[in-house]
Amino acid sequence: MLEIKGLSFAVTEEEKEKEIIHDLSLTIENGKFVVITGPNGSGKSTLARLIMGIEQPISGQILLDGQDITALGITERAKLGISFAFQQPVRFKGIRVQDLLRLAAGKNLSVSAACSYLSEVGLCARDYIDREINASLSGGELKRIEIATLLARQTKLSLFDEPEAGIDLWSFQNLIRIFEKMRSEIQDSSIVIISHQERILQIADEVIVLADGRISRRGSPDEILPELIGRTAPVSVCQKLQ
Amino acid sequence: MVKLDAIQKRLIEEIADLHSVPLGAYNFRANGELAGRNTTANIDIVSKENGSGIDIHIKPGTKNESVHIPVVLSASGLKETVYNDFYIGEDCDVVIVAGCGIDNCGSQDSEHDGIHRFFVGKNAKVKYVEKHYGSGDGRGQRILNPVTEAYLEENSSMEMEMEQIKGVDSTDRQTIAKLAAGAKLVVKERLMTHGSQHAVSAYQVDLNGAGATADVVSRSVARDDSSQTFNARITGNAPCSGHTECDSIIMDRGHILAIPSLEANDVDAMLVHEAAIGKIAGDQLVKLMTLGLSEQQAEEQIINGFLR
Repeated sequence: MLEIKGLSFAVTEEEKEKEIIHDLSLTIENGKFVVITGPNGSGKSTLARLIMGIEQPISGQILLDGQDITALGITERAKLGISFAFQQPVRFKGIRVQDLLRLAAGKNLSVSAACSYLSEVGLCARDYIDREINASLSGGELKRIEIATLLARQTKLSLFDEPEAGIDLWSFQNLIRIFEKMRSEIQDSSIVIISHQERILQIADEVIVLADGRISRRGSPDEILPELIGRTAPVSVCQKLQ
Repeated sequence: MVKLDAIQKRLIEEIADLHSVPLGAYNFRANGELAGRNTTANIDIVSKENGSGIDIHIKPGTKNESVHIPVVLSASGLKETVYNDFYIGEDCDVVIVAGCGIDNCGSQDSEHDGIHRFFVGKNAKVKYVEKHYGSGDGRGQRILNPVTEAYLEENSSMEMEMEQIKGVDSTDRQTIAKLAAGAKLVVKERLMTHGSQHAVSAYQVDLNGAGATADVVSRSVARDDSSQTFNARITGNAPCSGHTECDSIIMDRGHILAIPSLEANDVDAMLVHEAAIGKIAGDQLVKLMTLGLSEQQAEEQIINGFLR
């Protein structure tokens, strides 16, 4: 279970402090598939990065299964069972797909096990296992490899930052299938996805809408979606003008 | 029979991945003396008359054979210059593994300068692997100054893998290649310097015949206070294509100078160079840390991959 208590985060822009997350509190129970949505700049990605420990809050607490992890670094949080899929996956010269999967699994992964993770994300394992994670891979391929690394980690809490970004329409259908499968096999772990995609929102147990660094709405997709659909962004035009 | 002590055996393992005496032809040199030699029906190794090195003759048409010529120095204060000439006959397909390991626990400098010349016959194919390694905690420096010259005849090809990852204090590496029509040269250099080491690597590749191609790629890492200079020039004297690339990671207080250069003397010479120097990207470290690696482990993985 993930608990966030009174979390605030700010950046300094042109010598002025700008608060991105305001006194945010949130609990995500085990076994839940939660989607966080909201307009650009609402603080979604920042919140995910705060949970992973990539950013440090100015105040507030983050607890994982009752343990205060606020002061812990990225490595410690990863070891405690948090994993993170980047919005823009990182490229590495010389590191192969199987190397990254092996590092993710944290053990000497057999080639057949590595291949099974790749197959799950719709990549023909034979073609990819020895490829370097460099500029020769497309955005969509990198995204799927990124998701495969999370499958290999099998952690308590999986965070996905806009998994649909940079993915073509064909890959997107596969992506939905992957998330549906993950949801059906969730058991004691929990999954948090930052997304704008209606199809991903529809399969959530709970949808959380962020606006200006605060939770503006939360509820089941049936409650939240009718409000969001038909608008260009999950806030009204008037709200945007303000 | 090869006579080597424990330190020398360890050096051999580092530079040639050899745990026992290799199959095929070999010539082991330890502390300036011959420690073992084997020749085959197709590959002959003879000492030069003045004792300055060896000549390796590979008969035309020799396929799938290998030659190992490792050199190890485990005595402090030893300085030597060795001339090895390889005559590779037409239509051969062979692997040549060289390399030098120095263990210096003393206070005097140890130095090995290997001058290797390759005369590659028409249509022959050669893979050349050279690894350099240094160990020992003495104050004496471990110095390696190799010179490699390759003369490639029509439609021959040579692939060079040069690796120096650890422990060599000072190196000045010169590589010269001259390619006839249709010849192909591929160079893959991997270099890491640490401490206060200094490394220079210079290439002069002349593409003299129509259809000659060269690809010279260097990847290097400079740590601590070490410094590196990479100087690669490709000259196109005919309709040809050449590419040189220098990609470096700089760390700590390292210093890297990359000077790729191109010279064209023919309107149909197509030459390209690339050079990049940068530190390890922060998001690369963060990504590996999210997999549970410490910052130091992440750095090691990134460097290992980069130097693969």
